[in-house]
Amino acid sequence: MDILSLVFETGFWLATVRMATPLIFGTMGELICERAGVLNLGIEGIMAAGCMSGWTWVYLGGTLWGGVLFAACVGAALGLLHAVFTVHLGLSQHVTGLGITMLGASLSSFAFRMILPQVTTPPKIVPFAPLDIPVLSTLPFIGPVLFSQTALTLTAFILVAVTAYVLLRTPLGLALRMVGENPLAAEAQGLSVLGLRTGAVMAGSALMAVGGAFLTLAAFDAFYIGMVNGRGWICIALVVFSSWKPGKALLGTLLFAAFDAIQMRVQQQSVSAIPYQFYLMLPYICSILALITMSRKAAYPKALLVPFRKGER
Amino acid sequence: MSNTPVLRLRGITKHFGPLAANDDISLTLDAGEMLALLGENGAGKTTLMSILFGHYVADRGTVEVQGRPLPPGSPRAALAAGVGMVHQHFTLAGNMTVLENIMLGTEPLWGFRRNSARALAKLGSLMERFRLHVNPHAMVRGLSVGERQRVEILKVLYRDARILILDEPTAVLTPQESDHLFATLRELVSQGLSVIFITHKLREVMAASDRCVVLRHGRVVLETATHATSAEDLAKAMVGAHIPQATRTPHEPGEEVLFLDHVRASAPDRGPDLDELTLSVRSHEILGIAGVSGNGQALLADLLSGIVAPTGGHVVLRGQTVTRLTPAAMIRAGVGRVPDDRTGTGLVADMTVMENLSTEIYRLPGFSKRGMLNFKALASRAAQLMDVFDIRCAGLGAPVRKLSGGNMQKLILARVLSQGPHLILANQPTWGLDVGATAAVHQHLLDASRRGAGVVLISEDLDELFQLSDRIQVMYQGRLSSPEDTATVDRARLGLMMSGQSFDTRGAA
Repeated sequence: MDILSLVFETGFWLATVRMATPLIFGTMGELICERAGVLNLGIEGIMAAGCMSGWTWVYLGGTLWGGVLFAACVGAALGLLHAVFTVHLGLSQHVTGLGITMLGASLSSFAFRMILPQVTTPPKIVPFAPLDIPVLSTLPFIGPVLFSQTALTLTAFILVAVTAYVLLRTPLGLALRMVGENPLAAEAQGLSVLGLRTGAVMAGSALMAVGGAFLTLAAFDAFYIGMVNGRGWICIALVVFSSWKPGKALLGTLLFAAFDAIQMRVQQQSVSAIPYQFYLMLPYICSILALITMSRKAAYPKALLVPFRKGER
Repeated sequence: MSNTPVLRLRGITKHFGPLAANDDISLTLDAGEMLALLGENGAGKTTLMSILFGHYVADRGTVEVQGRPLPPGSPRAALAAGVGMVHQHFTLAGNMTVLENIMLGTEPLWGFRRNSARALAKLGSLMERFRLHVNPHAMVRGLSVGERQRVEILKVLYRDARILILDEPTAVLTPQESDHLFATLRELVSQGLSVIFITHKLREVMAASDRCVVLRHGRVVLETATHATSAEDLAKAMVGAHIPQATRTPHEPGEEVLFLDHVRASAPDRGPDLDELTLSVRSHEILGIAGVSGNGQALLADLLSGIVAPTGGHVVLRGQTVTRLTPAAMIRAGVGRVPDDRTGTGLVADMTVMENLSTEIYRLPGFSKRGMLNFKALASRAAQLMDVFDIRCAGLGAPVRKLSGGNMQKLILARVLSQGPHLILANQPTWGLDVGATAAVHQHLLDASRRGAGVVLISEDLDELFQLSDRIQVMYQGRLSSPEDTATVDRARLGLMMSGQSFDTRGAA
C-alpha cells in the first residue's frame, strides 16, 4: 500500500469529491445558520429526514429533482420548527437542536416503516447518473473528478461560490452576518432580527436536507436507517474548522473526505493484524488534529447562541 | 427657529414590572437646538430615548416627528423619519469594516450586490462636511473608543438623520475626546440638525446645551434654558431637595482590626507583585489607598478577599494571624468585600436580587435547615435590605444585570454592611456612579466606620480619599508609602508620589 501514489490516482479524487458532497451541503447549511447566530444541532436529524423524504418522493414515482426539492422543503420545515423555539421563544439552541435531531431521525425511520412494513431488503430506485458534459467531462483529471460526477455534486460546488458571494457581497449577506455579530446593531438599523434569523435557519436546514437526499438519490440507491451516520456532526466541526468561511469550509470537507477515501483504500488493501476499526477511526482523528491546529484563533460570530429579545435590556 | 418643533413627545408612560420608568413625560425639540436630558442613573432617560427610537413600546403616549406621529416600536420608522440614535453601548460589529457597519440596512435586502462605491462617496462627503474622519475600510475591532463613536455618528448621519439622540456619549471618552465630540455636535447643530444628549455630568450640560430637561423617578422635574440655570440648581433637581454631601466626623480609633506585616504576593495578570506591604487599620478608621490603578491595588484587594494567598509575611485579623486565606474564611472572619468589578466578582448578574443578597448568609441558621433553603426568610430579609438601602429595581426576582450601576453597588453594600463586618474592603466603590449614588455609598462607608468597622478604601479619586479617609497611603509598583494623616498631608506631594516621584516606603507602620 502506497498512500503517496494514491494522490495521483484519478479514482481516489473521484471518490473524495463524491464523499465530500453531502458534507458540503451540510456544512454550508450549518454555516449559514451559525453566521446568523443560531447553532443548529438538528443537522443530523434534518439530514436523515432529507434522506428519507427525497428517496420516498422518487420511490412513489416522482422525479429525482422533485425528490431534492421535496427534501429541501422538509428540511426547511424542520428549520422553521428550530427557529420558532430558538429564535422566537429564545430557548436553548443546544437542547432544541438535539431534540430536532432525535425527531428527524426517528420520524424518518417511522415513516419508512409505515410505507414499507414488510420489506427486509430496502427497495432500490434509479439514482442520479453521472454527468456527461461535452468538452468539460473529457478534460484530463478535472473532467472525471468534477464533471463526471452527478449533477448534485456540481450543484454543491456552485453552492459554495453562491454562499460566499451572498454572504460577502450582497446586502442580504451583510444583514445576516450583522444579525450573528450584533443583533441590536441590526435592529437599530431597522432590520428584523427575528425574520432574518428565521430565514437563515430555514434556508440552512433546507441545504442540510439536500445533503441528506444526496445519500439516497446519488451516492446510494436505497434508504437505510441510520445512514447519515454522524455526517451532520462532522459538518458542525467543519464549520468551526473553516472559521465560518465558505471557501475554507469547502477545503475542510474535501480534506475530511480525502481522509475517508484513504481509509477505505487502506482498509481494503491491508492484510495486517490491525483491526479495521482503527482505519475507520483515522479520518476523525485527523479532523480533530486539524481542528486543533486551524481553529485556535477563529473569529466566531459574536452573537452565536445568544437569543435576541426585543425590548429587553 | 421655526414654530413647529421637530420633535414632540406627549405623555410617554412606560412600566417595567411595577416600576414606572417613565411617568407621563412630555417634551419638545426645535430645529438647531441642543437639548440635554439629565437625571440620575435609573431616572428613565435611556428608557425614554429607547421609546423614541422604537426599541421599546410605550404603555401610553405618542411621539411626533415634524408634526407627524411615529408608529411605535419600529426603529425602521424612526430612521425613516430622520431620527438617529447613538447608543451608550455601541451597536457595531467588531468583525466587520466601518463601511459595512454603516451600509447595513441602507439598501434593499434582496439586491444583487452592495454598491460600495456609491456608499464610499457619500460617506466621504459626510466626513468632509462634518469633519469626522475615520478609515472606512478599517475593522471596527481595531478602532479606539473615540473612533467607534465617530462611526456611530456617521452611521446616523448616513441615514440622513435630522435628530440625533446620544445616550451618555462621554461616559467612555477621555476629556480630549469629549471636547472633540462636543465640537462635532455644535457643528451639526449649526447646520440645522437637532441633538438630544443624555448625561449626568453637569459640566457638559452647562458648556454645551441650549436647554435642559431633568428627569427624576421617571418624571420631568425641571425644564429650563441652560443660561437661566446653574450647575447647583440642576444637581438639586436631579437628586431631590438637596445633595447630602457626606462628611467625616473623626472618631477615636479602637483596636487594630487588620495588620499586614511585610506581605508579599503575586498573581498573573493582576499587576505588579506586592512587595513587603505593611499597613494597619483600626476600628472606626478609614485608611485610604491612593494610586493610579494597575499599581497592585487589584492584588491587594484579592489578598484581603482571600482569593490570593500571600507568599510571604503575615496577615493579622483582630489579633489572630490568618494561616489559611480563603474567601469563605475571610467572610467568617468578618471581612466585607466591595469589589471594583461589580458584575465580575461582586454579583452574579444573571441571578436575582434576592439570590445575590443571600449569597453570604444562606448557610446560616434561620436561612437554611438540613440543607434546604428557607425562601421565606431569605425573601423577607432581602425585602428589608432593599428598603433600608433604597435599592431600586423591578422586584426581588429581577435579575441583577437589569439594575443600574448605582443600584448594583447599593446591593453589594447591603449584603456587606448587614453582616456587621469588622473590616470593609472597598475597591473603587464609586467608580461610574452618579452624584446621588456616590453620596449614598460615601454615607454608608462613613456610617459603617462610625459603628466600629475599619475600612480599607482603594480609590484613584483624591477628592474621595480626602473626603473620607483618616489616613492615606500611596500605592506605587506594588509598594506602599508610609501612612500620613489626611488632615496634614500635602495634596501636591501625594500626586507626585502617585507618579513614583519622591516615593517613600521607609517607616511604614
